[in-house]
Amino acid sequence: IMCGPVRDWCFSQVKGAIDDDVAEADIISTVEFNHTGELLATGDKGGRVVIFQQEIENKNLPQFRSEYNVYSTFQSHEPEFDYLKSLEIEEKINKIRWLPQKNAAQFLLSTNDKTIKLWKISERDKRPEGYNLKEEDGRYKDPNTITSLRVPVLIPMDLMVEASPRRVFANAHTYHINSISVNSDDETYLSADDLRINLWHLEITDRSFNIVDIKPANMEELTEVITAAEFHPHQCNTFVYSSSKGTLRLCDMRASALCDKHSKLFEEPEDPSNRSFFSEIISSISDVKFSHNGRYMMTRDYLSVKIWDLNMENRPVETYQVHEYLRSKLCSLYENDCIFDKFECCWNGNDSVVMTGSYNNFFRMFDRGQRRDVTLEASRENSKPMQVLKPRKVCAGGKRKKDEISVDSLDFNKKILHTAWHPQDNIIAVATTNNLYIFQDKVN
Amino acid sequence: MSGDNEETQTTENTPMDEKQVQDKVISPEKSEEAKLKARYPNLGNKPGGSDLLRKRLQKGQKYFDSGDYNMAKAKIKNKQLPTAAPEKTEITGDHIPTPQDLPQRKPSLVASKLAG
Repeated sequence: IMCGPVRDWCFSQVKGAIDDDVAEADIISTVEFNHTGELLATGDKGGRVVIFQQEIENKNLPQFRSEYNVYSTFQSHEPEFDYLKSLEIEEKINKIRWLPQKNAAQFLLSTNDKTIKLWKISERDKRPEGYNLKEEDGRYKDPNTITSLRVPVLIPMDLMVEASPRRVFANAHTYHINSISVNSDDETYLSADDLRINLWHLEITDRSFNIVDIKPANMEELTEVITAAEFHPHQCNTFVYSSSKGTLRLCDMRASALCDKHSKLFEEPEDPSNRSFFSEIISSISDVKFSHNGRYMMTRDYLSVKIWDLNMENRPVETYQVHEYLRSKLCSLYENDCIFDKFECCWNGNDSVVMTGSYNNFFRMFDRGQRRDVTLEASRENSKPMQVLKPRKVCAGGKRKKDEISVDSLDFNKKILHTAWHPQDNIIAVATTNNLYIFQDKVN
Repeated sequence: MSGDNEETQTTENTPMDEKQVQDKVISPEKSEEAKLKARYPNLGNKPGGSDLLRKRLQKGQKYFDSGDYNMAKAKIKNKQLPTAAPEKTEITGDHIPTPQDLPQRKPSLVASKLAG
């Protein structure tokens, strides 16, 4: 695993339109590598999925990392209107999760607010030729002209990649699905909405088990919603879910059928004298991810990334400030709704570095071992092949140095909410509003 | 800055100056909160709170009531719309939707530009 300390990151590729006029449908809503990193999937607000494949060339020449090219694209979800509930259901893809590969085909789960779908992506590079009853163009032959029998043969054809929906898991969520997570047992997965978490079997679409329900009897008493959920990478009985109040609950499905009672509650105590109107909003966890080794969890709240040790519930073991300078801008960030932006976070392959996005198309990496962090920018201006990205610095106040950018100049419409790290290599995918950037570390 | 000013600034802070400095060091969060409350004095006292959560849960809700629609069509003058009780917590918006208002959402027939 090439995941040692990284010094420099280089531009590799950018996908998407250049023009500034962004169509809503093109807004990228999720990015996910598969388990080998060979495939990279994106979902967008228009309900479409695009899958890129890494072309494995020049394996012996490490400085020429292979490129990602379009492999398959399909319409996963379509807009719906639930007339009974007067509810408009967006086709936006909230999450994509890959299944581990078991045969020649690839499988992924994609979900919008209400419905999860299992897609099979398969390759076809041969076609049969020499049918007995049909002409080559498909027309049926006159049976009286057939005098001999022959065996059709498979001949090579141009590679065709087909995506087909194999399962549709519908009607199990009253509220909006925010997470899906495949279990390490390869048979089940969970889906979480604002108030409930359901457990599904991948083969069964007409029922699911409810495993968490935090809906209060009286909705007026609602104080907290579920914001994200994930299965433990190795322990098939364990999952975690995060809340809008900044808590994490680890649950064990062996303890009871309904996991309303947590096994562990992770919460950092708050200093009550520091409490403000914004405290709860900025403590809301927008993403939770287990480390690959299963020993840690990472959470993202509005201003920081926290690393939690599964054995320590009372506080995180590490806290990294993403953009602390925004604390003195919370009033305007509340007014323009940016305070509700949901940033995701991710681990590198060996859990030594974590990454998350920010505004102005900046994204941040925190090296846990080296105790270093860096701010980089995804922009077309730094998109010459293999161009090394220059670290960025935001000036919080006082005299702005050359090359620094002041907080008031940041573009809050340029948000990096979704990032992904190749599971084995130092290749990252960073989504701006409508473009996908691929960066790789500089190999000397 | 004049030379005189610079000279006074190099002298030690008097005890009075130190207190003034301390008073100014409020948490940035709290001063942002004060700013917000100054702009929106009616902002609910429940921080974060149920209002925001309820709004989140109701995302996508479009209200269409055929009774309201027909009444609006008939243009009944001076009609008395039932006023929402102050403690009513559902956020229904401020106009009566009609079928024409409800967007006919069609799936996008255009391929993603990422694949272009």
